[in-house]
Amino acid sequence: MSELTKLTLAGARDALKKGDVTSLELTEACLGAIEGAGALNAFVHQTPDLARDRANAADERLKAGDAPKMCGLPIGIKDLFCTEGVPSQAASRILEGFRPEYESTVSAQLRDAGAVMLGKLNMDEFAMGSSNETSVYGNAVNPWRRGNDETQLTPGGSSGGSASAVAADLCLAATGTDTGGSIRQPAAFTGITGIKPTYGRCSRWGIVAFASSLDQAGPMTKDVRDAAIMLEAMCGHDPKDSTSAELAVPDFEAMLTGDIRGKVIGIPREYRMEGMPEEIEALWQKGTEMLKDAGAEIRDISLPHTKYALPAYYVIAPAEASSNLARYDGVRYGRRAKLSQGDGVVEMYEKTRAEGFGHEVQRRVMVGTYVLSAGFYDAYYNRARKVRTLIKRDFEQAFDAGVDAILTPATPSAAFGLGEMAEADPVQMYLNDVFTVTVNLAGLPGISVPTGLDRQGLPLGLQLIGRPWEEGDLLNCAYSLERAAGFVEKPAKWW
Amino acid sequence: MSIDTETAARVAKLARIKVEEDALPALAKEFSDILGFIEQLNEVDVEDVEPMTSVTPMRLKRRADEVTDGGQADKVLSGAPDAREGFFAVPKVVE
Repeated sequence: MSELTKLTLAGARDALKKGDVTSLELTEACLGAIEGAGALNAFVHQTPDLARDRANAADERLKAGDAPKMCGLPIGIKDLFCTEGVPSQAASRILEGFRPEYESTVSAQLRDAGAVMLGKLNMDEFAMGSSNETSVYGNAVNPWRRGNDETQLTPGGSSGGSASAVAADLCLAATGTDTGGSIRQPAAFTGITGIKPTYGRCSRWGIVAFASSLDQAGPMTKDVRDAAIMLEAMCGHDPKDSTSAELAVPDFEAMLTGDIRGKVIGIPREYRMEGMPEEIEALWQKGTEMLKDAGAEIRDISLPHTKYALPAYYVIAPAEASSNLARYDGVRYGRRAKLSQGDGVVEMYEKTRAEGFGHEVQRRVMVGTYVLSAGFYDAYYNRARKVRTLIKRDFEQAFDAGVDAILTPATPSAAFGLGEMAEADPVQMYLNDVFTVTVNLAGLPGISVPTGLDRQGLPLGLQLIGRPWEEGDLLNCAYSLERAAGFVEKPAKWW
Repeated sequence: MSIDTETAARVAKLARIKVEEDALPALAKEFSDILGFIEQLNEVDVEDVEPMTSVTPMRLKRRADEVTDGGQADKVLSGAPDAREGFFAVPKVVE
């Protein structure tokens, strides 16, 4: 049974088509694996009945020969996606008990493509965090360990449950969302693949909003081919999201030729950070050589405003969050605080938000409130938006000069221990996103590909950044890197 | 920039988040740390740079101003902590 959960989407799809396995068998295997993986705390709401119903329906469609592209494939959905009749609380206490009456566009498209939802996945509260330690459900745990050391490690964040579940073979793939690195950083920490598409590729409708100008959904998968398959199912124009692009979605899988001869890969000198571990530097060098050996032209480039991406992000994202999270007021959905005699509507707001939001969320909402307040709007918010223009311009100039994709490390370290950052100031935690956040600010597609292990035996990833709307080309570059790196390691089962 | 407890209290009030008096000094320090980090942005020359409004150049779609959806009050109210007679219910707003 457990072998079935190790299948990739492509492998399972082909086995289903041949009739070697049924969707119900795959689904039962995953449900069994989830049952036995409580220690990972990845799945926080399980939907076994729904999963069996959808698996049976998928088996009917497979038999009838009208199977859509993801027919019968069991996946997990990040708790940030609203799913009809199923708890959807963005890992926050303030949305306790909320069962949406509607389905997010992305999860509806996956459902319509035949995918089987197994349940909802752990994450940082409102996707604010890089270690899955801000969740109301408690920490999700990385299936990887440092050799025989039993220290529990973070799966990264905010899509930590998704990363842990895919790496531990609890599901074949999962959805994630990425505002500053929340797909790519956890993917790198757990040895899986994660892609954030171009801003506007996936509809944001029905996904709990954090920072609307940065948020994008994307797949978290066992390899690049699966990322191509699942991304295609998630993408597409949606009239319910005014920023969703009216562009045709290509057949991404068909674009995986592995041929990158003549492609120009940029290596940005500003990503060589002071104090970066030698192993990350060496991995980056190795990745560069792999792409060169595959026939790509390697070019040193400069993205001069890189250094300012993180501070700009920590103005723009909290500003948008403070506005988006104003809707959690104890009136329309979720939880309302118990009120004392004589409490009015303002006390209701203040008490509800104080007990409903965790510490990090409160902090970001308040920072956002501050940078948008009278007298500071120009000094902070407008200045950050101007810097954002410059960051995007850096990338445009590189692409205009002929660069096809940019190779960088995905994270400044391997997975760290849960609780290890508890004493650090918030800015230390923010540094996790230093290589990924530029991509959100510029609205570009970025993919994290597992490429090696560090000396403690933990996975490390490299990131490829592509031109806007050219996810197909980007996936193909990633496919070439994946083949050259030959990363096949899996975490040893301890849970 | 250093944030004092008075400013922290004002921000908490604006954000409609209740913060106990004794938690204000620590909150003010966190704000100061974060704003100190953000202040690096002052090094950048942003003269004549337009603030970004949309990461992908696009014009918002227009549509006819007409009703396209509605009549689902029950569904809308179904998630509310307190709903009565087709309305959201809140504590008394006016004296």
